[in-house]
Formats: sequence, structure tokens, C-alpha cells
Amino acid sequence: MWVFMEADVTSALFFVTQGSSMADTGVVETLLQRIEKADDGVDSLQLATSLGVDHQTVVGAVKSLQAVGDIISADLRSSKRWELTEEGTETAEHGSHEARVFGSIPLEGLAQSELMKLSFGKIGFSKAMSNKWIRLDKGHEGGPRIFRSVENIEDQVRERLLLVQTGSSSELEEKEKNELKKRKLLSEVTVKTYWITRGDSFSTTVTKQETELSAEMIASGSWKEKKFKPYNFEALGVAPECGHLHPLMKVRTQFRQIFLEMGFTEMPTNNFIESSFWNFDSLFQPQQHPARDQHDTFFLSDPALSHEFPQDYLERVKKVHSEGGYGSQGYKYDWKVEEAQKNILRTHTTAVSARMLYKLAQQEKFTPVKYFSIDRVFRNETLDATHLAEFHQIEGVVADYGLTLGDLMGVLHQFFTKLGITKLRFKPAFNPYTEPSMEVFSYHEGLKKWVEVGNSGVFRPEMLLPMGLPEDVSVIAWGLSLERPTMIKYGINNIRELVGHKVNLQMVYDSPICRLDS
Amino acid sequence: MGSLCADVIVLSIQAKVLQTLQHGHCADVEFDELCFEFGLELDEITSEKEIISREQGDSKASGASDVILYKIDVPANRYDLLCLEGLVRGLQVFRNKLEAPRYRRVSPVSGGPQRLIITPEPSSVRPHAVAAVLRNITFTQERYDSFIELQEKLHQNICRKRSLVAIGTHDLDTISGPFTYTAKAPGDICFKPLNQSQEYTASQLMSLYKTDSHLRHYLHIIEDKPVYPVIYDSNGVVLSMPPIINGDHSKITLKTKNVFIECTATDVTKARIVLDMMVTMFSEYCSQPFTVEEAEVVYPDGKTCTYPELAYRKEKLSSAFINQKVGINESTEKLAQLLTRMCLRSQPTGVGDEIEVEIPPTRSDVIHACDIMEDAAMAYGFNNITRTTPRTYTVANQFPLNKLTELLRQDLAAAGFTEALNFALCSQDDIADKLGKKISETKAVHISNPKTAEFQVARTTLLAGLLKTIAANRKMPLPLKLFEISDVVLQDPTKDVGARNSRRFCAVYYNRSPGFEVIHGLLDRTMQLLEVKPGRGEGYHIQASDDSTFFPGRCAEIFVHGKSVGRLGVLHPDVINRFELTLPCSALEMDIEPFLGHTAETLLTHDVPMQEVITHKFPTSQAPPSRP
Repeated sequence: MWVFMEADVTSALFFVTQGSSMADTGVVETLLQRIEKADDGVDSLQLATSLGVDHQTVVGAVKSLQAVGDIISADLRSSKRWELTEEGTETAEHGSHEARVFGSIPLEGLAQSELMKLSFGKIGFSKAMSNKWIRLDKGHEGGPRIFRSVENIEDQVRERLLLVQTGSSSELEEKEKNELKKRKLLSEVTVKTYWITRGDSFSTTVTKQETELSAEMIASGSWKEKKFKPYNFEALGVAPECGHLHPLMKVRTQFRQIFLEMGFTEMPTNNFIESSFWNFDSLFQPQQHPARDQHDTFFLSDPALSHEFPQDYLERVKKVHSEGGYGSQGYKYDWKVEEAQKNILRTHTTAVSARMLYKLAQQEKFTPVKYFSIDRVFRNETLDATHLAEFHQIEGVVADYGLTLGDLMGVLHQFFTKLGITKLRFKPAFNPYTEPSMEVFSYHEGLKKWVEVGNSGVFRPEMLLPMGLPEDVSVIAWGLSLERPTMIKYGINNIRELVGHKVNLQMVYDSPICRLDS
Repeated sequence: MGSLCADVIVLSIQAKVLQTLQHGHCADVEFDELCFEFGLELDEITSEKEIISREQGDSKASGASDVILYKIDVPANRYDLLCLEGLVRGLQVFRNKLEAPRYRRVSPVSGGPQRLIITPEPSSVRPHAVAAVLRNITFTQERYDSFIELQEKLHQNICRKRSLVAIGTHDLDTISGPFTYTAKAPGDICFKPLNQSQEYTASQLMSLYKTDSHLRHYLHIIEDKPVYPVIYDSNGVVLSMPPIINGDHSKITLKTKNVFIECTATDVTKARIVLDMMVTMFSEYCSQPFTVEEAEVVYPDGKTCTYPELAYRKEKLSSAFINQKVGINESTEKLAQLLTRMCLRSQPTGVGDEIEVEIPPTRSDVIHACDIMEDAAMAYGFNNITRTTPRTYTVANQFPLNKLTELLRQDLAAAGFTEALNFALCSQDDIADKLGKKISETKAVHISNPKTAEFQVARTTLLAGLLKTIAANRKMPLPLKLFEISDVVLQDPTKDVGARNSRRFCAVYYNRSPGFEVIHGLLDRTMQLLEVKPGRGEGYHIQASDDSTFFPGRCAEIFVHGKSVGRLGVLHPDVINRFELTLPCSALEMDIEPFLGHTAETLLTHDVPMQEVITHKFPTSQAPPSRP
């Protein structure tokens, strides 16, 4: 018997594709005829019983009719009923264990050991004993032997089960039913049935429904007469076969787009190997600065040193570090070219900004520029859930006459507005090569606090003037990491799940398009 | 913009001490705001107990102090804010609650100044020394702790872990000058070091401190020198063996009244700053506050210098300069007031809009007019400055190589391949042994100080990363189709740094069958996208090739316009195994730079001209206003 449970409510998609095989046309027709004859309605279970078919078949017919339209109206009803278990069904067919034990003992008796070999022997023996149908002669020669102690028996257990099987369980007393339940022959189940009545557009003839539109139907025009099975719009479609872009790269594309919209030109940052000179010295970062330590920066053993520098410029850099000049006290230390020659994996893309600004200073006439880059940088740091040895730095630079700190804040405001961040405030900070320097904070509505989103500043004269840039040119700049906004955007807590070979490809497959401002 | 986090030093201060000294109750939120405006960051409010329990578990934390601590990030160039005394002074002056003190160097009330005589010996090890005396100082436990803590903070930062400068502080009443700064062979130095009960020779000390969690970090500074620096008093008592340890004899205690401070250094500029910082911070507790008794340092050539410098430098600048750089419009008087709140006593000179600014010895970070300008902006309040839009007109250009990369990525994903993103750094094995190559053939650049094998070299191929990505995603449904367009790094002697990036396109197909036709099809599609037709000569073609990464007979070289740009093929089973894979795999890797062609974008490169064609006018007299 088909127990109709919630989870089993067959999805209509299944129904559409397999409908014609499932809904037995004969049953559908009979059902419609019975409804037409009935005064009030038809019970699905009673119909199944009377037709001698499985309840499932009738339910299938009901569903198929419901899917066609308002032909019938079916109310789901649930009721409790007794039902035979597997063992109960067997008992109804072959008799109870005790009756079978009685039946298998001939008049001359049977050795107990022989009886116990039978499948029903053990249970049947004890039941038959307690019913006093049999007796045991323990002292019989040749071992204990069993004899009938009555001539005839009445197998009530079987008779009761048969009543249940034919749908007359109401004739049994509760006590009797519970006793059978205890013997695991009966079980009480909830049965969901349909009470089927006529629908608004009731008819005993149903047009056969088509599953899909075909080329033949379009050609012949037959689709006009046909009825089509409805689709299940609740189900998911079939996933398309496709490739995917990496989420970090999608975010990179958006940041690139923002800079381009703002008129910034992309810097050539395809040089991971840099000399300490361009990475640090040209930026007026002193040679004893902790960032230049082995613990923070990757140095190269091969090629260990750079040998080619613009010599005039190098001399000016040396001088501004060791003696000052350009209005500066300098750092007053013994600047060593050997330290500047050391090759490293660049620690920031600002090394490229320095190269670009130096090249700008070598132009015949200064022209304003707006530059940006998004590329990899490297730090020999301790790794954790949010720090890797390499990450992407986003950087923006504007060089023009007379730029102010207010201009830097204005540009940052425009930039972050494009990321959907409008509430900004600025904290004075320290960077060796910018003065003033500002940390950029934005108000995080979720965390209810200000969080740092970037770093910014105005490049120091000690960096710009030795390059040869005019004195009244200011260069404003800012930077942030690409990974952090991406992790926030895509809800990733461990950076290794985003970058590197340990990435979960399913995450890559599932990542949505990137719109930073929404 | 470079380092993405600003340089900071973390300072821990007991909440109650901070509050009592501030002469007023400042709520946490208010204090947080004040810090923010002043360029400090109140990182967290915690306790020793909380810190230990977080780092080592609750069990270890029982018994630790639960006194509330403020953890404050201080800008790494503001050594004057590295102790409670300086921080409170700075904040109170900023809030207009206090006038910045004037630090004065004074002569001893009676007799000559203390003298520190430098012999010729230290010149090869640690040539410089400076000294000063704090007279009639009164310590309490808190002041004493702060005094020790400041030395430690200075040692860790400006002193670069004692390598540039080392500070020694002594109870002057336990020793007698003149003092001698010399250097001796380690076996010839013998004294009882701080907090030890017996005498050791310097050689013995070096082995004793090998296991000291704190001191072992400084041993390397002098370890292999023939002579070690040492300071004696006139009776032969050892004051210190810089930069390692002081003598126990002259150690300061809560009862110490007169402190002799010496700093030995390899960088005399930093030694002067450090000494100024020590005495300006703690002269507050002398019987005559903010006065410091001078000491003389005699160099081997007979030159005598008097310390501490406590130099006040004067700078003149125009208010127009400040207004223009910041983007505000304030009067000369107002700007002078703002600067004074930053401990830079300033006044209009009356000549036009000129302001005379006095830079105190505590502000060694002020080395240029732009530093003064920043202080004016801070006092004005960064967040009070009107945000403006610069009128800079520019036309944006993409970097052609990145433009090509972006366009190609889109269409490769459309071709059914998924983009991977792998590290540029990897192990030698990844790019050599595992791919069946010798490291010497790879032209790889080598890293000298990797912390783990994962950072030995920069990758010379994208293939290794893609294979590792597959290995980490073996549970995903087959086939796996991945690609990456990114840079590898190759040695190149023609470049100024001896290496260059090369942009590559790599794709792999991993399935139950090798799928060479799939990778081959992707090559055809890529060439179609790049407008290169099949064919020898002007088109592209592939021809059989030998490569130890690939299965023999299953590798071809890709030629475009007659030049080799890369390879494709079925990977060698050994390569598959070494990357912990089990199924056949085909791959393609090629250069994409040959496809750049001509572009309308401005040609940008990071190569700089080595000869300057333009002659710039640089200031001829480069000497800035010097220290008085």
C-alpha cells in the first residue's frame, strides 16, 4: 500500500516528463465515470480497493487530472488505519506460527530438535504450548518429543489478520488489534486519501496532453488543437556548461573600470623584481627602515644586485638621504649604494610609480598625469588567515600643479563613492614617503564602527624634487589591497580559499558578477 | 601608495595612570576621538590577563594582572609619544590644556660636568657615544617602569634593535667620573652583569646569553668583532658592555636620585635623538623640572662635544604655503596658534605672511616644511578640510598588455575554461623536478631569505600552479578545464634589474582521457580570437617536439609567424604522479606578448632612461638651515 507522505508529493516536473506512463488511462476513465455516477464524491482508497489496483495508481490518475485543469476537485484527507506488516501478510497467508507448529506435528509426535529446525518452530512452539495445543515429553527415549494435545485448533490470529486485510478491521476489538500489534503483525498507519468530486469544468473525456512543442507541430499547425502539460516552474533548470572567471579577477576588472572612468592611465607594473633603489631609496625610505629588513622583504640571491641606475639621479637621492637639501634636513646617515643595489621582490607597486614619476620629470615640459595600477606585491611576512606572502595592491596617483590635501580627500571621496562607500573620515598617519599621510576610514554599517579601507598621502618633496619635478607640482596618492574588499564582497574568511591553488573551484563556479557599488 | 598599513609602534598604558595624569576624566569614546584626530589609534582596551588568555588560554592567565590597559598605535616617527609622559604632554598641549615645556641644558651646580672619554679602540666597532645627567630625580614604581619601557621602545625602533644605538642608564652616586668608553678583547672584560650574582668575562657572557630569550637577539651585533665596547668609571667599575648589558653595580633603583645616561652608537644622529628623547621625557621628575645636566664627550682627537643637544631649530615659512598645500584659508595668526598646539611654538614675524616656527628637540620627525604643514593640517583637523575636486584633465589609457589579457580572459571563460589564480612564488621542485626539468634550465630568479620552501623561486611557468589547483580539487566533477593568464619571472641580463616578467597563457584539461583534441581546439580558438590563421609562414602551426614535461610523442611546439611561442601536449605520467594526480591530462602554455601588435594606447614601460637629457635646475646651495 502506498503511504502518501508529504515528502513524497511527486514533483510536477517528474509528472510532466513521465506523466503518460504513470497515469493509467483506464483508471482515469473509470475514475471520471465513478465521479459522474456518484452523488457526492469518490474516495481514492475505496476506488483502488474496488478496482483491485494500487492506491498509488489512483493517486497518479488524480494528479494527472488536476494537472490538466479544473476537471476534478480533490481534497486531501488523512485517516488512521490498521495494516498488515510483512510478517502479518505472511501469517494471513500461511497461518500463525503456532498453528503451523500444530500442523507439522504428526500423530506419532515429532522430536523437539526437528521442530526447532523449522523457521516458525521457536515462536510457534512456545505459543502452541501456552495455548495448550501441544505437550512435551522430556523423558522420551531418543530425546524430548512433542505430541498434539488437542485434535483441532482454531487459528484466530490468522482469521483476525484476514479481517484486517479485507478492510474489516472495525470488527476487531481494540484489545485484539493491540495484541497483534505487539506481535508485530499489525501496524497502525496514517493514510492520506483523496475525496474526489467534480470540478468546474468536469467532463468524462480528457484530451491527451502533449509534453513538448515539436517541430512537426509547428510545421503542421497541430499545436493549435493540442493541450500542453504545464511546466513546473518551482524546479531548477539544467546548469549550463561554461567556464568561469575568478572572483578576485572580477573585482580587479571592476577597480580597473573605476580608474578608467575617472581618467586614470594604467601603469606598466609587469616587473615583480625591483631594485631596493626604486622600491625604497627613490621614495626617501631610509636604508635602516624596518621594511628593508630580511624579515619583511624577499631579497634575491640570483640575480642579487642591480647594476644600472640613472647615475645623476642616484647621486641626488644619495645626497638627500645623507645630507638633506631641497629644504630638508635629510636623514643624516651614511647612504650606501650597495644597499640600493640589492634586488628584491617589490614590496609595493609604488616602486613603479617612482619610475613613472621620474620619467615624467625627464619630459621637456611637465604635463599633469593620473596613474593607476593593480598588481602583485610581495612581503616576507608571517602568514595567517588574512595575510599571504603576496597580494594585489591597488594604487592611484595624481600629479599636477598646486594639488592640495583637500584635493586628495576629494579624489578619495569620488573613488570610494564608486565602490558604494560614502561615509569617509581621515586619520593622520605616518609613511616615510608621504607628508601629510592619511589613513582612510569608512563607517561600516554592519559592524557599527569605523574600519580602515586604505592609506593615502602627498609624496614628500625629498622624493619628488631630486627626480626633477617642478617645485610647485604636488603628487597625491593612495593605496589599498584588492584581496580585502573581495573577501568582504564574497564573504570569504580565509584568504587561502580565495587565492592560490587551495581555492575551492565550486566557490569560483558559484561566484556572482561583481558590482562593487551594490 | 606603498605599505598598505602605516608605520606604527604599539604602546600599552594603564588606564588609571593615563586618566590621573590627564587631570580630567575623559570617557573612552572621547579619548578614542581625541586619539584619532591626533593621529593615534586606540587599538583596544584590554588587560594583561585578557591578552594572555587570548594567546595562551585561560589557564595560563589566572593570576595575571587585570589592570585595564589602553593599547595605542603611535606613528613610528613620533618617538616623543612613546611613553606615558610624552603622550600626555602631547595630548594636553594639543587640547590647549598645557603649554609645551621648554627643555634646558644646565651646568652642574658645583664642579665641572661629567666627562665620557672615548679611546681610539671603539672606532671600528661602535664609534660614537653621547651622555647626560638627570639630577635630583624622584622615581615612583610607575615612573620607573615607564623609564625602562621607553628605553625598550627606543631600542626596538629608532635604535633598530640596538644595532644603531644602545642606551645605558646608571645610578650616578654609585660610580665616579670621568668615564672611559673603550673596547677590549672579550677575554679581557670581566664584570658582574645586571641581575647576576657573579662576575663573568665577556666571552662567558656571550655563551650565557645564547639562550636568553631577550638578549640573544643582540649578540650578533658584536659577536664576531675582535674587541667589544665597554664603559668604565674612574675606579675601573664597568658601567656597561654596549649594546648587550649593563653592569649590576650601577643599576638604577627606585631610590636613585641622580641618573647618568650614556648612548653608544654607530649612527651619531640617532644617538643624539635618542638621548634628547630620554632626557626630555623624564626631566619632568627632576627637582628642577625640564632641566638636564650637561655632560662632555671627548673624542680620541681631543674634540669635545657637550650633550644633550636639546637644540631648538627655527624655520620660517609663509602661511600661503600652508594654506595652499592643505587647501584651507586661515590667517597667519590662526596658523601660528594651530602649530603651537602641536608643540611647535610659532608666531607671525610681521613680514608679510611669514611664520617663525620653533622645532623643539622632541620633534626629530620635523625635517622639512611639509612636516610643519602637516602639523598645521592636523591641528586644523583633517576632517574639517573641504574636499575638493582637482581640475586635472587627463585621458585614460589602458596598459596594452593588460587590455589584451582582460579581453582574452573573457573569451577563454566563454570557451568553457575556468580561471585559476596561483601564487607567483613557489618551490624549486614545483617548476623543476616535478615537471621533469632541471632548475638550471629554468632561468628562475632565486630568493635568498625564504621562510619556507614555498617561496624559493618566482615561477617560470604557470603549469605547476594549475596542476596544484587540480590536485586540491580532485573531488570536483570531471572534466576539469582550467586556465590562467598571468606573469612568470625570468632572468634577463638586458634588464636593469637582471630579470623581467613574461605574460603567459596556460590551460589544462583533466579527465579520464587525455583530451589532447580539447586543448588543441582551445589553441585554435585562441588563435581565432587573436586573428591568426592556421598555416605555416604567416599563420600558426604546431609541430612535434620533445619536452620532458610531456609524454613522448604527445608534445608539439606552437609556431606563430615562424616563431616558437609555447607548447601543448599530453603530460608525462611521471609529472601527473608528482602532482598527486591520477588521470590523464593535457596542457597548453604560451607567451601572449607576441600578440600585442600595434596599439593606439600610449606605449608605457617601466624602463627608465639611464642618461638625463633634460638639465634641471637644482638648488646650488643645498645646505638646509643647520642645527644651532
